[in-house]
Amino acid sequence: MSVESQDLNLCANDNRGQLQLGAGAGLVGWDEVTQGIVLTSFNGDATGIANKKAEERTYSEFNSYTASVASWRVNKPVFNRDICIDCQNCWVWCPDSSILSRDKQMLGIDYDHCKGCEVCVEVCPTNPKSLLMFNEHADLDESLAAWPEKKKKEKK
Amino acid sequence: MAITSIKNLKEFSTNNDRFEGAHTLCPGCAHSMIVRELMNCTDDNLVISSNTGCLEVSTAVYPFTSWDTSWIHIGFENAATSVTAAQVMHKVRKKKGTLKDNDAPVKFVAFGGDGSTFDIGFQWLSGAMERGHDFTYICLDNENYANTGGQRSSATPVGAHTSTAQAGTHSYGKKQKKKDIVSIMAAHGSPYVAQLAPNKWKSMAKGFQKALEVEGPCFINTVSPCCTEWKFDPKDTINLTDLATDSLMFPIYEIIDSHELNILYRPKNPIKVEEYMAAQGRYKHLFKPQYRHVIDMVQKDIDDKWDLLQRREEARL
Repeated sequence: MSVESQDLNLCANDNRGQLQLGAGAGLVGWDEVTQGIVLTSFNGDATGIANKKAEERTYSEFNSYTASVASWRVNKPVFNRDICIDCQNCWVWCPDSSILSRDKQMLGIDYDHCKGCEVCVEVCPTNPKSLLMFNEHADLDESLAAWPEKKKKEKK
Repeated sequence: MAITSIKNLKEFSTNNDRFEGAHTLCPGCAHSMIVRELMNCTDDNLVISSNTGCLEVSTAVYPFTSWDTSWIHIGFENAATSVTAAQVMHKVRKKKGTLKDNDAPVKFVAFGGDGSTFDIGFQWLSGAMERGHDFTYICLDNENYANTGGQRSSATPVGAHTSTAQAGTHSYGKKQKKKDIVSIMAAHGSPYVAQLAPNKWKSMAKGFQKALEVEGPCFINTVSPCCTEWKFDPKDTINLTDLATDSLMFPIYEIIDSHELNILYRPKNPIKVEEYMAAQGRYKHLFKPQYRHVIDMVQKDIDDKWDLLQRREEARL
């Protein structure tokens, strides 16, 4: 269950995380831009964008949604579906809009936009935590297998 | 106004983000938490303006934009001016009926860092407040000029080490007190002024909604811990905000119509400011014996301020 939900890239558009920041393939440099140039966030009509989910939007190549900051990360958060209680603490405090959450359910992490700041791990209230940091190159199954046991409360 | 329901966090999380990832703010920066929360608490169209600062330079790196709404940036100081100009234009065009959708509700929001709010953009903000436009100004208060290398601003508290008010053998960092921006803005006769913090997401979202709903110029000061310049681990952003609100360094309160003061969060067990300072590198020098008195001084200021707030709440003035 846990592995499947992470493999399912439920709200991935075709163009998410395709570009590297600053690369600007095929574009003129920032110092050569002439006055009056228009870089739009969306292709076509953007009316009512607040009511559209990410997968329903038509992001243009100038929206940073199409860019990736995955290279910033040293450690990545790994999500364990079996322990998660869908409290959405990680969603509200993620600074990079990287927690994928649909219909009150936490689905996984957007590894194209996550910078690995570990805030989501800190605010996770479950015992053991349902989000933990692992090395960027760690295997998902191995990480889930290495998940710590429930900690007992120490009696004072 | 299309308010999105914020009864609980699960319900709040069904909103669609309008602030995209892959901006270049530092990992663990609280700016984007605050901006995301503002954009999630309403479904209305937003016109946003930013002062120069961390938020502006990191969300508009050519050729990318992280904003899914209209966004204006002109100069360091004039987010308030540019967004009020847009608001006046919207009002006139609505009257003439030349808008694409005449009935669509639009909200006008300006973001500024503490440098551009407390110092550089203060005159522009004050002017916009005085003219009484219908807009909301949100200050992301990280207590220094973080974008340019952590210089002191008039929001920096006493005793903090900054790159232009350095701590050493003869100095304990900044010597001047922080400007009380919330009271200054309330004195402009603003209908809604508040100080909020991202760790109390519910009071923050409710405050934002109230500010967007109320007609007239509203001001909100939000605490935004800066892991780079306050020198703490990025993962502790929310923990540090907890310390800030529990030590009453940043009391959370609102002032309605410049007289009705409500305290929105009362810590059950207020902690000493020492604990808040110990969590950050910028206060490290205060724990040397010769600068011990500065901590006591700050603690006394906080106690006096908290006493004043409680009295004002009781007396409704």
